[in-house]
Amino acid sequence: MKYKIFAGTCLALIGIFLATSFYYKAQQAEQYDAMAKNNLSTFVKAYSQTLGNADAKVVLVEFMDPACETCAAFSPIVKQMMAENPGKIKLVLRYAPFHDGADYFVKILEAAKNQGKYWETLEVMFNSQSEWASHHDPQPQKIWQFLPAAGLDLERIKQEMHDPEIAKRIEQDLADANTLNVRKTPGFFVNGRPLETFGAKQLYQLIQSEIKANY
Amino acid sequence: MSQQAQLSDENWTLLFLTWMIVTAATLGSLFFSHVMAFAPCVLCWYQRICLFPLVLILATGLFPFDKRVVNYSLPLAIAGWFTALYHNLLYSKIIPQELQPCSQGVSCTEKYIDLFGFLTIPMLSLLGFSTIITLLFLLKKRTSR
Repeated sequence: MKYKIFAGTCLALIGIFLATSFYYKAQQAEQYDAMAKNNLSTFVKAYSQTLGNADAKVVLVEFMDPACETCAAFSPIVKQMMAENPGKIKLVLRYAPFHDGADYFVKILEAAKNQGKYWETLEVMFNSQSEWASHHDPQPQKIWQFLPAAGLDLERIKQEMHDPEIAKRIEQDLADANTLNVRKTPGFFVNGRPLETFGAKQLYQLIQSEIKANY
Repeated sequence: MSQQAQLSDENWTLLFLTWMIVTAATLGSLFFSHVMAFAPCVLCWYQRICLFPLVLILATGLFPFDKRVVNYSLPLAIAGWFTALYHNLLYSKIIPQELQPCSQGVSCTEKYIDLFGFLTIPMLSLLGFSTIITLLFLLKKRTSR
């Protein structure tokens, strides 16, 4: 009898947990859908860097941090998905510099935009990341030795990276990340829909389903 | 049923109730971290270390009923209670924030939820540990008679 009560309670508690989880996720999905429809500006800002066909019907918004290892690992994956579906995906990059001092790298990146070298700089950053963004011993100054590879005018970067407009953009992106519940990077949204579980395969499937729905 | 047997049945039920609260609290904690994607801070982890094992320890004490389970579970619950108390003091800024041990990663004072104006996650933890300790003490008193 006691065993039965115990087993029954175990099942009931786990059942309640699963049901509540399911309900919560469904509610959240609905919320994001509504936000994507009515409040597009939370996902995309006029200043946001984009890649790919401007009129693409699948908009992939990525909240990222130049100092985040997983963001670096995802960069080629995202590019490959875009290459496999030419013209159908537009990538929008937003910033969520959660790592300590990561806004420093965002500032360099935004300053590189003025020289038209945004993607080159990001690639250099991701490739050299392990040198300057170690978790135990971050050395932001070390990044400068890698930046010439992106063909940048470093003196100009040093001047322009402290533009208050850039700081404002970072603040705005962080505020939107908070609104959208992005607490880890990279945070992906495909046409406003978040990944339910994190992973390259899951992102691939979500993008495929949106391509199917829109093309 | 003899009086003795009835008493021991009541004790079993009391322990079972404690186990239920512990398990519900564990699942609630997992709900926050896994479903709502709130990253647990360092202090939360210390409290979890005290809470999660109780699910198995108390369940072991239920089959067959072993009154000594209280001796093994109370220290964990009390350690958890003190951590929760410290966390609440930090949270309500009674202890200044500079002293908090978690400067990197997730801040221990970041407010995730606030139900009815006072029910924050650290408060839920403190209430949970208080209830668990009260029930365990009650059981200890009943079984040592």
